[in-house]
Amino acid sequence: MSDNIVEVKDLRVHFTLKSSLAQDAAGRRKKTVKAVDGISFEIKQGEILSLVGESGSGKTTTGKAILGLVPFEAEKMLFRGERINLKEKEYKRKFRQSAQMIYQDPYQSLNPRNQVIDIVTEPLVVNKLVESEEERLELGKEALERAGLTPGEDFFFRYPYELSGGQRQRVVIASSMIMGPSFVVADEPVSMLDASIRTGILKLMMDLRRENDLAYLFITHDLSLAWLISDRIAIMYLGKIMEMGDSEIIISSGKHPYTKALTDIMPKPGIKKEGPRKVLQGETPDPTDVIEGCKFCSRCPIKEEICSKEEPPMKEVEPGHFVACHKV
Amino acid sequence: MRKAYIIKKTIYALITILIVLVFNYILFRVLPGDPLSMLMRNPKATPEMIEHVEAMYGLDESWWVQFVTYFEDMFHGDLGTSFVYKEPVTAVIGPKILPTVILFGLAEILAIFVGILLGIIAAWKRGTKADVGTLGFALVTYSMPTFWLSMIMLSLFCVTLQIFPVGGMESPGMAFADMGTRFVDILHHLILPVITMSILLIGEYALTMRNALMDVLEEDYITTAKAKGFSSRYVLRRHAVPNAMLPMVTIIAINLGLVVGGAVQVETVFSWPGLGNLMYEALNSRDYPVLQGLFLLITVCVIVANYIADITYSYIDPRVKE
Repeated sequence: MSDNIVEVKDLRVHFTLKSSLAQDAAGRRKKTVKAVDGISFEIKQGEILSLVGESGSGKTTTGKAILGLVPFEAEKMLFRGERINLKEKEYKRKFRQSAQMIYQDPYQSLNPRNQVIDIVTEPLVVNKLVESEEERLELGKEALERAGLTPGEDFFFRYPYELSGGQRQRVVIASSMIMGPSFVVADEPVSMLDASIRTGILKLMMDLRRENDLAYLFITHDLSLAWLISDRIAIMYLGKIMEMGDSEIIISSGKHPYTKALTDIMPKPGIKKEGPRKVLQGETPDPTDVIEGCKFCSRCPIKEEICSKEEPPMKEVEPGHFVACHKV
Repeated sequence: MRKAYIIKKTIYALITILIVLVFNYILFRVLPGDPLSMLMRNPKATPEMIEHVEAMYGLDESWWVQFVTYFEDMFHGDLGTSFVYKEPVTAVIGPKILPTVILFGLAEILAIFVGILLGIIAAWKRGTKADVGTLGFALVTYSMPTFWLSMIMLSLFCVTLQIFPVGGMESPGMAFADMGTRFVDILHHLILPVITMSILLIGEYALTMRNALMDVLEEDYITTAKAKGFSSRYVLRRHAVPNAMLPMVTIIAINLGLVVGGAVQVETVFSWPGLGNLMYEALNSRDYPVLQGLFLLITVCVIVANYIADITYSYIDPRVKE
């Protein structure tokens, strides 16, 4: 067994759009959205990989696919070296305990009718891991306090609507951590929170990682945030990974024109920017369109003829640094 | 917190009832038809006779004395005297309440259970044949005219197949039979109108439940629950359905209020001796006092049902407290 906790090879998630009766009758082809179109990466034990991209780039779908929440196709999809097989009941039970998800919007990811203690300890109850009410409350208190809600018992019988956004996100985290996972998909966990609360939540996530040797797949559209917290960064555009490598390298010496466009507009502390900013032109194409060649070529400033004909393969330009571009 | 909420809702309900009382009074004073001609039904009445009747009913008093008397009597439980039956309105309406409550209570219970079940199946199996079938059934029955379905059921089951009695609540002479026989007889008469009314109600419940549940199933906390490894059934039972039930409470409450009034068509077709039938007869014979009494009863029922819904809400949805 390698030290990779997650290994993904050629993951594809395609959604067929529902067509109306009239469209069916007219014999029009059903539109397919290639949300994720053949991506490969791996995450090591205790590592943070950030998936960065604009909305619609397929980063959330990637996270959901790994957790088996959307149907997908993949050449390889391994968790701790084992194929993720959710049809097998016993495997599914174990997998669900060790891989968890933290959602973007803490206002929607908590059942409004449940009290905090029930939300946090629900996984224990469902998996029959507690024997008595005292044990349940004790474990619930511990989980809440580890998530920074102290004293834990003060929060037991509150409803989500009685908590602030930051407190809610801490409840979400407490509930995800109670089963002791080793891998967490964090889907924009701080983007809905006030700037003043973000640091606290991020710090909590980093602390939990250190204590439990957690690996995160951190999904974000905020490149500077990814730079701050992650070991490696993967840049996604229209369902493809454009560039992947150590976060320092991506930020300081990204090779792909898309990466460059992103890092160029990123504010950097202490550096006064000279000259005008190179803002990317154009819009992201309609995801239902079939794009020949490189997905980025419609907006690429350095495109050539080959770019709109052939899809660029992933090249390893230096150890651990991958770029998908003909011009690199 | 909750206490204040309940008190507030109670006061609102009482104010609404008061407004209804005033409105009910005005409505029947502006309707066409002179109460005297309807009372006497004698075009040759002498002025002395008219004066006598006027004094008897207090119609010679000024409008505000009549208004005050109306309120006074109302609080003593006196709703006036029926033009047709020449009996107190309460005595006319009273015995009709139970048959209606039995008929529509059963129909509601049946419709709620079947409707919610169909709605859950449709939402859970979205896009499958089960969903399309439920949707089709719900839309067809929901848009069907009440009297039409009642008549079709009547002609099919009572005339062609002759499985059920044609109408009424009891077979003639049953008043002399023993309790057991009478009970079975009433049950036999009940089945068809109950099923008819349920069919008409199921559509609304199924559609509302389907929509509410589909909305809830899209929520992040459902995906979160799935990601935690809870079984589909568990997620549906513990997280999805309880949250989808909130809008159901409202429409169930409104329908419960309408139970009393919505009876008119079904009761008339099936000759069910209930409030709806009485209303139909009172309308035909312009029996204004009885109509006024029925209107009052129906509006009060609707208000009370909504009041109960509000209170229920505060228990099942922790967010409702303001």
